[in-house]
Amino acid sequence: MDNFLTLFETYNVPAAFWVNIQLTFWAAVWSLVLGTLLALMRISPIPSLQWLGAAYVNIFRNTPLTIIIAFGVLGLFGQLQVSLTDDFNLNFFRLAILGLTIYHAAFVCEAIRSGVNTVPLGQAEAARAIGLSFLPAARLIILPQAFRGAIAPLGNVLIALIKNSTVAAAGSVAAEASSLMKTMIEFRGDLVIPIFFTFAIGFVILVIPVGLLTTWASRRLAVAR
Amino acid sequence: MTSEPQPSTSASSAHPLVSLRKVNKHYGPLHVLKDIDLEVARGEVVVVIGPSGSGKSTLCRAINRLETIDDGEIQVDGKVLPAEGKALARLRADVGMVFQSFNLFAHKSILENVTLGPIKVKGMKGGEAKELAMSLLKRVGVDNQADKLPAQLSGGQQQRVAIARALAMKPKVMLFDEPTSALDPEMINEVLDAMVALAKEGMTMIVVTHEMGFARKAADRVIFMADGQIVEQATPEEFFTNPKSERAKDFLGKILAH
Repeated sequence: MDNFLTLFETYNVPAAFWVNIQLTFWAAVWSLVLGTLLALMRISPIPSLQWLGAAYVNIFRNTPLTIIIAFGVLGLFGQLQVSLTDDFNLNFFRLAILGLTIYHAAFVCEAIRSGVNTVPLGQAEAARAIGLSFLPAARLIILPQAFRGAIAPLGNVLIALIKNSTVAAAGSVAAEASSLMKTMIEFRGDLVIPIFFTFAIGFVILVIPVGLLTTWASRRLAVAR
Repeated sequence: MTSEPQPSTSASSAHPLVSLRKVNKHYGPLHVLKDIDLEVARGEVVVVIGPSGSGKSTLCRAINRLETIDDGEIQVDGKVLPAEGKALARLRADVGMVFQSFNLFAHKSILENVTLGPIKVKGMKGGEAKELAMSLLKRVGVDNQADKLPAQLSGGQQQRVAIARALAMKPKVMLFDEPTSALDPEMINEVLDAMVALAKEGMTMIVVTHEMGFARKAADRVIFMADGQIVEQATPEEFFTNPKSERAKDFLGKILAH
Protein backbone atom coordinates (compact mmCIF):
# COMPACT_ATOMS: atom_id res chain seq x y z
CA MET A 1 0.00 0.00 0.00
CA ASP A 2 2.80 2.39 0.85
CA ASN A 3 4.43 1.43 -2.41
CA PHE A 4 1.27 2.35 -4.23
CA LEU A 5 0.96 5.73 -2.53
CA THR A 6 4.51 6.70 -3.44
CA LEU A 7 3.39 6.47 -7.07
CA PHE A 8 1.39 9.66 -6.56
CA GLU A 9 4.47 11.43 -5.24
CA THR A 10 6.55 10.37 -8.21
CA TYR A 11 3.94 10.88 -10.88
CA ASN A 12 1.45 13.73 -11.10
CA VAL A 13 -1.71 11.79 -11.94
CA PRO A 14 -4.20 14.70 -11.54
CA ALA A 15 -2.10 16.83 -13.91
CA ALA A 16 -2.36 14.08 -16.53
CA PHE A 17 -6.12 13.91 -16.13
CA TRP A 18 -6.23 17.69 -16.37
CA VAL A 19 -4.73 17.40 -19.87
CA ASN A 20 -7.54 15.02 -20.85
CA ILE A 21 -10.10 17.41 -19.42
CA GLN A 22 -8.64 20.23 -21.48
CA LEU A 23 -8.54 18.11 -24.62
CA THR A 24 -12.15 17.12 -23.98
CA PHE A 25 -13.29 20.67 -23.30
CA TRP A 26 -11.88 22.19 -26.48
CA ALA A 27 -12.82 19.24 -28.67
CA ALA A 28 -16.35 19.34 -27.22
CA VAL A 29 -16.74 23.05 -27.96
CA TRP A 30 -15.41 22.81 -31.52
CA SER A 31 -17.20 19.58 -32.37
CA LEU A 32 -20.44 21.12 -31.13
CA VAL A 33 -19.88 24.04 -33.51
CA LEU A 34 -18.84 21.86 -36.45
CA GLY A 35 -21.48 19.23 -35.69
CA THR A 36 -24.23 21.87 -35.61
CA LEU A 37 -23.07 23.21 -38.98
CA LEU A 38 -23.07 19.68 -40.39
CA ALA A 39 -26.55 19.03 -39.00
CA LEU A 40 -27.75 22.28 -40.59
CA MET A 41 -26.32 21.14 -43.91
CA ARG A 42 -28.04 17.78 -43.62
CA ILE A 43 -31.47 19.29 -42.89
CA SER A 44 -31.08 22.18 -45.36
CA PRO A 45 -33.22 22.30 -48.51
CA ILE A 46 -30.08 22.42 -50.70
CA PRO A 47 -29.22 18.95 -52.08
CA SER A 48 -25.49 19.62 -52.56
CA LEU A 49 -25.14 20.69 -48.91
CA GLN A 50 -27.14 17.67 -47.76
CA TRP A 51 -24.79 15.47 -49.76
CA LEU A 52 -21.70 17.16 -48.35
CA GLY A 53 -22.94 16.78 -44.77
CA ALA A 54 -23.81 13.13 -45.29
CA ALA A 55 -20.45 12.45 -46.96
CA TYR A 56 -18.58 14.04 -44.04
CA VAL A 57 -20.48 12.01 -41.47
CA ASN A 58 -20.04 8.75 -43.33
CA ILE A 59 -16.33 9.28 -43.85
CA PHE A 60 -15.30 10.42 -40.38
CA ARG A 61 -17.74 8.38 -38.33
CA ASN A 62 -16.39 5.27 -39.99
CA THR A 63 -12.68 6.07 -39.73
CA PRO A 64 -10.88 4.87 -36.58
CA LEU A 65 -9.99 7.77 -34.32
CA THR A 66 -6.44 6.49 -33.94
CA ILE A 67 -5.90 6.88 -37.67
CA ILE A 68 -7.29 10.43 -37.67
CA ILE A 69 -5.13 11.47 -34.71
CA ALA A 70 -2.01 9.80 -36.08
CA PHE A 71 -2.63 11.48 -39.42
CA GLY A 72 -2.63 14.83 -37.59
CA VAL A 73 0.91 14.26 -36.37
CA LEU A 74 2.45 12.20 -39.17
CA GLY A 75 0.45 13.54 -42.13
CA LEU A 76 -0.48 17.12 -41.33
CA PHE A 77 2.56 18.02 -39.24
CA GLY A 78 5.23 15.54 -40.36
CA GLN A 79 4.57 15.53 -44.08
CA LEU A 80 2.59 18.71 -44.85
CA GLN A 81 4.32 20.88 -42.23
CA VAL A 82 0.98 22.13 -40.91
CA SER A 83 1.63 23.87 -37.62
CA LEU A 84 -1.02 25.41 -35.40
CA THR A 85 1.50 27.16 -33.18
CA ASP A 86 5.29 27.54 -32.84
CA ASP A 87 5.30 25.79 -29.47
CA PHE A 88 6.28 22.19 -30.21
CA ASN A 89 4.19 20.46 -27.53
CA LEU A 90 1.25 22.84 -27.79
CA ASN A 91 1.14 22.07 -31.49
CA PHE A 92 0.59 18.37 -30.81
CA PHE A 93 -2.03 19.29 -28.24
CA ARG A 94 -3.89 21.41 -30.78
CA LEU A 95 -3.56 18.82 -33.54
CA ALA A 96 -5.05 16.28 -31.15
CA ILE A 97 -7.97 18.65 -30.49
CA LEU A 98 -8.38 19.03 -34.24
CA GLY A 99 -8.46 15.26 -34.70
CA LEU A 100 -10.90 14.72 -31.83
CA THR A 101 -13.10 17.52 -33.19
CA ILE A 102 -13.18 16.19 -36.74
CA TYR A 103 -14.10 12.72 -35.51
CA HIS A 104 -16.68 13.65 -32.88
CA ALA A 105 -18.36 16.34 -34.99
CA ALA A 106 -19.79 13.49 -37.07
CA PHE A 107 -21.39 12.02 -33.95
CA VAL A 108 -22.57 15.41 -32.71
CA CYS A 109 -24.21 15.98 -36.09
CA GLU A 110 -26.12 12.72 -35.82
CA ALA A 111 -27.10 13.43 -32.19
CA ILE A 112 -28.51 16.81 -33.21
CA ARG A 113 -30.29 15.21 -36.13
CA SER A 114 -31.94 12.78 -33.73
CA GLY A 115 -32.98 15.88 -31.76
CA VAL A 116 -34.41 17.43 -34.92
CA ASN A 117 -36.53 14.30 -35.30
CA THR A 118 -38.14 15.04 -31.93
CA VAL A 119 -39.44 18.37 -33.35
CA PRO A 120 -42.78 17.87 -35.10
CA LEU A 121 -42.86 18.81 -38.79
CA GLY A 122 -45.61 21.31 -37.97
CA GLN A 123 -43.10 23.53 -36.13
CA ALA A 124 -41.07 23.99 -39.31
CA GLU A 125 -44.23 24.51 -41.36
CA ALA A 126 -45.50 27.17 -38.96
CA ALA A 127 -42.11 28.89 -39.06
CA ARG A 128 -42.14 28.92 -42.85
CA ALA A 129 -45.75 30.04 -42.90
CA ILE A 130 -44.98 33.27 -41.03
CA GLY A 131 -42.26 34.04 -43.56
CA LEU A 132 -39.06 32.73 -41.96
CA SER A 133 -36.60 31.34 -44.47
CA PHE A 134 -34.52 28.26 -43.72
CA LEU A 135 -31.74 29.72 -41.57
CA PRO A 136 -33.88 31.90 -39.28
CA ALA A 137 -36.40 29.07 -38.94
CA ALA A 138 -33.60 26.68 -38.00
CA ARG A 139 -31.99 29.13 -35.58
CA LEU A 140 -35.16 30.35 -33.87
CA ILE A 141 -37.52 27.39 -33.99
CA ILE A 142 -35.95 24.07 -34.95
CA LEU A 143 -32.50 24.00 -33.33
CA PRO A 144 -33.51 25.32 -29.88
CA GLN A 145 -36.04 22.50 -29.63
CA ALA A 146 -33.71 19.99 -31.28
CA PHE A 147 -30.90 20.68 -28.78
CA ARG A 148 -33.28 20.12 -25.93
CA GLY A 149 -34.33 16.83 -27.48
CA ALA A 150 -30.71 15.88 -28.15
CA ILE A 151 -29.25 16.37 -24.67
CA ALA A 152 -29.12 12.65 -23.86
CA PRO A 153 -27.44 11.58 -27.13
CA LEU A 154 -25.11 14.60 -26.94
CA GLY A 155 -24.21 13.46 -23.42
CA ASN A 156 -23.28 10.06 -24.85
CA VAL A 157 -21.03 11.72 -27.39
CA LEU A 158 -19.38 13.72 -24.60
CA ILE A 159 -18.82 10.56 -22.56
CA ALA A 160 -17.21 8.87 -25.56
CA LEU A 161 -15.12 12.00 -26.14
CA ILE A 162 -13.79 12.03 -22.56
CA LYS A 163 -12.57 8.47 -22.93
CA ASN A 164 -11.40 8.95 -26.50
CA SER A 165 -9.22 11.84 -25.38
CA THR A 166 -6.72 9.13 -24.39
CA VAL A 167 -6.20 8.44 -28.09
CA ALA A 168 -4.33 11.76 -28.13
CA ALA A 169 -1.44 9.53 -27.00
CA ALA A 170 -1.27 8.41 -30.65
CA GLY A 171 -0.85 12.09 -31.50
CA SER A 172 2.23 12.57 -29.31
CA VAL A 173 0.39 14.31 -26.49
CA ALA A 174 2.64 12.74 -23.89
CA ALA A 175 1.19 14.55 -20.90
CA GLU A 176 -2.27 12.94 -21.02
CA ALA A 177 -3.48 10.20 -18.71
CA SER A 178 -3.02 7.03 -20.75
CA SER A 179 0.51 8.07 -21.71
CA LEU A 180 1.34 8.62 -18.07
CA MET A 181 -0.18 5.25 -17.27
CA LYS A 182 2.10 3.61 -19.83
CA THR A 183 5.13 5.34 -18.33
CA MET A 184 4.15 4.31 -14.82
CA ILE A 185 3.70 0.69 -15.84
CA GLU A 186 7.06 0.73 -17.57
CA PHE A 187 8.84 1.85 -14.41
CA ARG A 188 6.66 0.14 -11.81
CA GLY A 189 5.69 -3.17 -13.36
CA ASP A 190 5.19 -4.55 -9.87
CA LEU A 191 2.15 -2.29 -9.45
CA VAL A 192 0.57 -2.82 -12.85
CA ILE A 193 -2.87 -3.76 -11.55
CA PRO A 194 -3.27 -0.88 -9.06
CA ILE A 195 -2.07 1.47 -11.79
CA PHE A 196 -4.71 0.20 -14.21
CA PHE A 197 -7.40 0.60 -11.58
CA THR A 198 -6.25 4.10 -10.74
CA PHE A 199 -6.80 5.28 -14.28
CA ALA A 200 -9.96 3.28 -14.82
CA ILE A 201 -11.50 4.73 -11.68
CA GLY A 202 -10.27 8.19 -12.61
CA PHE A 203 -12.22 8.05 -15.85
CA VAL A 204 -15.30 6.59 -14.20
CA ILE A 205 -15.24 9.52 -11.74
CA LEU A 206 -15.01 11.96 -14.64
CA VAL A 207 -17.75 10.32 -16.67
CA ILE A 208 -20.42 9.55 -14.06
CA PRO A 209 -21.36 13.20 -13.40
CA VAL A 210 -21.75 13.79 -17.13
CA GLY A 211 -24.23 10.94 -17.37
CA LEU A 212 -26.17 12.11 -14.31
CA LEU A 213 -26.18 15.71 -15.46
CA THR A 214 -27.40 14.99 -18.98
CA THR A 215 -30.12 12.64 -17.76
CA TRP A 216 -31.32 15.30 -15.33
CA ALA A 217 -31.07 18.08 -17.93
CA SER A 218 -32.84 16.12 -20.65
CA ARG A 219 -35.82 15.68 -18.32
CA ARG A 220 -35.71 19.20 -17.00
CA LEU A 221 -35.41 20.88 -20.38
CA ALA A 222 -37.72 18.61 -22.37
CA VAL A 223 -40.09 20.69 -24.50
CA ALA A 224 -43.66 20.24 -23.27
CA ARG A 225 -45.99 19.43 -26.15
CA MET B 1 -48.70 68.24 -58.50
CA THR B 2 -51.82 66.82 -59.97
CA SER B 3 -53.04 63.67 -58.41
CA GLU B 4 -53.25 61.16 -61.19
CA PRO B 5 -55.09 57.92 -60.77
CA GLN B 6 -52.64 55.26 -59.65
CA PRO B 7 -52.64 52.52 -62.25
CA SER B 8 -51.03 50.07 -59.85
CA THR B 9 -53.78 50.51 -57.26
CA SER B 10 -56.57 50.05 -59.74
CA ALA B 11 -54.79 47.02 -61.18
CA SER B 12 -54.33 45.45 -57.77
CA SER B 13 -58.01 45.66 -56.97
CA ALA B 14 -58.98 44.36 -60.40
CA HIS B 15 -57.17 41.04 -60.23
CA PRO B 16 -58.27 38.33 -57.83
CA LEU B 17 -56.28 38.10 -54.61
CA VAL B 18 -55.65 34.40 -55.03
CA SER B 19 -55.82 32.61 -58.33
CA LEU B 20 -55.04 29.04 -59.30
CA ARG B 21 -54.86 28.01 -62.93
CA LYS B 22 -54.74 24.42 -64.11
CA VAL B 23 -53.02 23.27 -60.94
CA ASN B 24 -52.03 19.61 -60.82
CA LYS B 25 -50.32 17.57 -58.17
CA HIS B 26 -49.49 13.91 -57.80
CA TYR B 27 -48.37 11.85 -54.84
CA GLY B 28 -46.72 9.04 -56.72
CA PRO B 29 -49.48 7.42 -58.77
CA LEU B 30 -52.17 9.35 -56.87
CA HIS B 31 -53.50 12.40 -58.70
CA VAL B 32 -54.50 14.58 -55.73
CA LEU B 33 -55.19 17.87 -57.51
CA LYS B 34 -56.68 17.71 -60.97
CA ASP B 35 -56.69 20.84 -63.13
CA ILE B 36 -57.79 23.08 -60.29
CA ASP B 37 -59.01 26.52 -61.38
CA LEU B 38 -59.97 28.87 -58.59
CA GLU B 39 -60.15 32.59 -58.06
CA VAL B 40 -60.72 34.25 -54.72
CA ALA B 41 -61.59 37.92 -54.66
CA ARG B 42 -60.40 40.42 -52.08
CA GLY B 43 -62.54 40.16 -48.96
CA GLU B 44 -64.17 36.94 -50.05
CA VAL B 45 -64.64 34.05 -47.64
CA VAL B 46 -64.42 30.70 -49.38
CA VAL B 47 -65.15 27.46 -47.58
CA VAL B 48 -63.75 24.26 -49.05
CA ILE B 49 -65.53 21.08 -48.07
CA GLY B 50 -65.42 17.51 -49.24
CA PRO B 51 -64.71 13.97 -48.13
CA SER B 52 -61.29 13.17 -46.70
CA GLY B 53 -58.73 12.46 -49.37
CA SER B 54 -60.46 14.83 -51.76
CA GLY B 55 -57.41 17.10 -51.91
CA LYS B 56 -58.86 20.05 -50.02
CA SER B 57 -56.02 20.27 -47.50
CA THR B 58 -53.45 19.89 -50.23
CA LEU B 59 -55.12 22.72 -52.13
CA CYS B 60 -55.00 24.94 -49.07
CA ARG B 61 -51.36 24.14 -48.35
CA ALA B 62 -50.35 24.65 -51.97
CA ILE B 63 -51.39 28.30 -51.78
CA ASN B 64 -48.40 29.15 -49.58
CA ARG B 65 -46.31 26.39 -51.10
CA LEU B 66 -46.13 24.12 -48.10
CA GLU B 67 -47.03 21.66 -50.85
CA THR B 68 -45.33 22.03 -54.20
CA ILE B 69 -47.37 21.58 -57.35
CA ASP B 70 -46.44 19.65 -60.48
CA ASP B 71 -47.84 22.11 -62.99
CA GLY B 72 -50.19 25.01 -63.34
CA GLU B 73 -49.82 28.39 -61.76
CA ILE B 74 -50.72 29.92 -58.40
CA GLN B 75 -50.78 33.68 -57.94
CA VAL B 76 -51.22 35.66 -54.76
CA ASP B 77 -52.04 39.31 -55.26
CA GLY B 78 -50.95 39.15 -58.87
CA LYS B 79 -47.58 37.54 -58.15
CA VAL B 80 -46.72 34.00 -59.15
CA LEU B 81 -45.57 31.90 -56.20
CA PRO B 82 -41.77 31.91 -56.16
CA ALA B 83 -40.12 28.50 -56.05
CA GLU B 84 -37.80 28.95 -53.06
CA GLY B 85 -35.71 31.34 -51.04
CA LYS B 86 -36.27 34.88 -49.83
CA ALA B 87 -38.98 35.74 -52.35
CA LEU B 88 -41.06 32.78 -51.20
CA ALA B 89 -40.54 33.71 -47.54
CA ARG B 90 -41.70 37.25 -48.30
CA LEU B 91 -44.83 35.95 -49.98
CA ARG B 92 -45.58 33.59 -47.12
CA ALA B 93 -45.42 36.54 -44.74
CA ASP B 94 -48.45 37.92 -46.62
CA VAL B 95 -50.39 34.68 -46.37
CA GLY B 96 -51.58 33.72 -42.89
CA MET B 97 -51.93 30.04 -42.12
CA VAL B 98 -53.79 28.27 -39.35
CA PHE B 99 -53.14 24.54 -39.00
CA GLN B 100 -55.25 21.68 -37.75
CA SER B 101 -52.68 20.89 -35.05
CA PHE B 102 -52.12 24.56 -34.06
CA ASN B 103 -48.32 24.26 -34.38
CA LEU B 104 -47.55 26.96 -31.86
CA PHE B 105 -43.81 27.22 -31.21
CA ALA B 106 -43.58 24.87 -28.25
CA HIS B 107 -40.54 26.44 -26.59
CA LYS B 108 -41.80 30.02 -26.76
CA SER B 109 -44.38 31.82 -24.66
CA ILE B 110 -47.76 32.75 -26.09
CA LEU B 111 -46.63 36.36 -26.42
CA GLU B 112 -43.36 35.36 -28.13
CA ASN B 113 -45.29 33.16 -30.52
CA VAL B 114 -47.16 36.22 -31.75
CA THR B 115 -44.28 38.74 -31.68
CA LEU B 116 -41.72 36.49 -33.37
CA GLY B 117 -42.95 37.06 -36.92
CA PRO B 118 -43.31 40.85 -36.70
CA ILE B 119 -39.87 41.20 -35.06
CA LYS B 120 -37.86 38.68 -37.05
CA VAL B 121 -39.56 38.91 -40.42
CA LYS B 122 -40.76 42.50 -40.52
CA GLY B 123 -38.10 44.06 -38.30
CA MET B 124 -40.64 45.60 -35.96
CA LYS B 125 -39.38 47.03 -32.65
CA GLY B 126 -39.94 44.83 -29.60
CA GLY B 127 -42.25 47.23 -27.79
CA GLU B 128 -44.36 47.87 -30.83
CA ALA B 129 -44.62 44.13 -31.57
CA LYS B 130 -45.66 43.43 -28.00
CA GLU B 131 -48.38 46.06 -28.19
CA LEU B 132 -49.65 44.61 -31.46
CA ALA B 133 -49.51 41.07 -30.06
CA MET B 134 -51.38 41.98 -26.89
CA SER B 135 -54.13 43.70 -28.85
CA LEU B 136 -54.50 40.65 -31.10
CA LEU B 137 -54.47 38.25 -28.16
CA LYS B 138 -57.14 40.39 -26.53
CA ARG B 139 -59.17 40.26 -29.70
CA VAL B 140 -59.21 36.45 -29.62
CA GLY B 141 -59.67 36.44 -25.85
CA VAL B 142 -56.40 34.90 -24.63
CA ASP B 143 -54.48 38.00 -23.54
CA ASN B 144 -54.53 36.74 -19.95
CA GLN B 145 -52.43 33.73 -21.03
CA ALA B 146 -49.63 35.74 -22.65
CA ASP B 147 -46.80 34.49 -20.44
CA LYS B 148 -47.69 30.80 -20.53
CA LEU B 149 -46.26 28.13 -22.78
CA PRO B 150 -48.50 26.63 -25.48
CA ALA B 151 -48.71 23.24 -23.72
CA GLN B 152 -50.35 24.98 -20.73
CA LEU B 153 -53.32 26.12 -22.84
CA SER B 154 -56.38 24.22 -24.01
CA GLY B 155 -56.68 23.31 -27.66
CA GLY B 156 -59.22 26.03 -28.29
CA GLN B 157 -57.00 28.64 -26.68
CA GLN B 158 -53.98 27.44 -28.63
CA GLN B 159 -55.86 27.68 -31.89
CA ARG B 160 -56.97 31.23 -31.10
CA VAL B 161 -53.33 32.12 -30.38
CA ALA B 162 -52.44 30.59 -33.74
CA ILE B 163 -54.97 32.90 -35.37
CA ALA B 164 -53.46 35.88 -33.55
CA ARG B 165 -49.97 34.78 -34.61
CA ALA B 166 -51.04 34.71 -38.25
CA LEU B 167 -52.85 38.06 -37.98
CA ALA B 168 -49.75 39.69 -36.48
CA MET B 169 -48.15 39.51 -39.93
CA LYS B 170 -51.06 41.58 -41.31
CA PRO B 171 -51.68 39.02 -44.02
CA LYS B 172 -53.59 39.72 -47.22
CA VAL B 173 -55.31 36.36 -47.02
CA MET B 174 -55.78 33.76 -44.29
CA LEU B 175 -55.71 30.03 -44.93
CA PHE B 176 -57.39 27.71 -42.44
CA ASP B 177 -56.58 24.02 -42.79
CA GLU B 178 -59.27 22.20 -40.78
CA PRO B 179 -58.81 24.55 -37.82
CA THR B 180 -61.34 22.83 -35.57
CA SER B 181 -60.79 19.17 -36.47
CA ALA B 182 -58.39 18.51 -33.58
CA LEU B 183 -60.54 20.24 -30.97
CA ASP B 184 -62.86 18.90 -28.32
CA PRO B 185 -66.48 19.72 -29.19
CA GLU B 186 -66.88 22.35 -26.48
CA MET B 187 -63.90 24.28 -27.81
CA ILE B 188 -64.94 24.43 -31.42
CA ASN B 189 -67.24 27.40 -31.05
CA GLU B 190 -64.70 29.69 -29.44
CA VAL B 191 -62.47 29.22 -32.48
CA LEU B 192 -65.31 29.54 -34.96
CA ASP B 193 -66.47 32.74 -33.26
CA ALA B 194 -63.01 34.25 -33.75
CA MET B 195 -63.13 33.21 -37.41
CA VAL B 196 -66.61 34.62 -37.97
CA ALA B 197 -65.50 37.92 -36.45
CA LEU B 198 -62.53 37.95 -38.79
CA ALA B 199 -64.75 37.28 -41.78
CA LYS B 200 -67.06 40.12 -40.78
CA GLU B 201 -64.08 42.48 -40.66
CA GLY B 202 -63.49 41.77 -44.34
CA MET B 203 -60.52 39.42 -44.18
CA THR B 204 -60.05 37.28 -47.27
CA MET B 205 -60.27 33.70 -46.06
CA ILE B 206 -59.94 30.24 -47.51
CA VAL B 207 -61.23 27.74 -44.99
CA VAL B 208 -61.04 23.98 -45.24
CA THR B 209 -63.54 22.69 -42.72
CA HIS B 210 -66.28 20.26 -41.88
CA GLU B 211 -68.18 22.92 -39.95
CA MET B 212 -71.31 23.45 -42.01
CA GLY B 213 -72.59 26.00 -39.50
CA PHE B 214 -69.58 28.17 -40.13
CA ALA B 215 -70.02 27.82 -43.88
CA ARG B 216 -73.64 28.97 -43.65
CA LYS B 217 -72.85 31.82 -41.31
CA ALA B 218 -69.70 33.30 -42.79
CA ALA B 219 -68.96 31.96 -46.26
CA ASP B 220 -69.56 33.87 -49.48
CA ARG B 221 -68.96 30.73 -51.48
CA VAL B 222 -68.75 27.02 -50.84
CA ILE B 223 -66.43 24.87 -52.91
CA PHE B 224 -67.09 21.17 -52.92
CA MET B 225 -64.13 18.96 -53.74
CA ALA B 226 -64.00 15.26 -54.42
CA ASP B 227 -61.25 13.08 -55.89
CA GLY B 228 -58.92 16.02 -56.46
CA GLN B 229 -61.42 18.07 -58.42
CA ILE B 230 -63.66 21.01 -57.72
CA VAL B 231 -67.00 19.35 -58.34
CA GLU B 232 -69.31 22.18 -57.48
CA GLN B 233 -69.30 25.73 -56.18
CA ALA B 234 -72.18 27.89 -55.05
CA THR B 235 -73.36 30.18 -52.30
CA PRO B 236 -73.79 28.32 -49.00
CA GLU B 237 -77.56 28.63 -49.19
CA GLU B 238 -77.69 27.26 -52.71
CA PHE B 239 -75.20 24.49 -52.02
CA PHE B 240 -76.76 23.17 -48.83
CA THR B 241 -80.38 23.34 -50.00
CA ASN B 242 -79.95 22.48 -53.64
CA PRO B 243 -76.71 20.66 -54.45
CA LYS B 244 -76.36 19.93 -58.16
CA SER B 245 -73.95 17.01 -58.37
CA GLU B 246 -74.66 13.48 -57.22
CA ARG B 247 -71.34 13.45 -55.37
CA ALA B 248 -72.31 16.51 -53.31
CA LYS B 249 -75.82 15.18 -52.64
CA ASP B 250 -74.31 11.93 -51.43
CA PHE B 251 -71.78 13.76 -49.22
CA LEU B 252 -74.35 16.11 -47.71
CA GLY B 253 -76.75 13.22 -47.18
CA LYS B 254 -74.11 11.46 -45.11
CA ILE B 255 -73.05 14.38 -42.94
CA LEU B 256 -76.43 16.06 -42.48
CA ALA B 257 -78.39 12.89 -41.76
CA HIS B 258 -78.08 13.26 -38.00
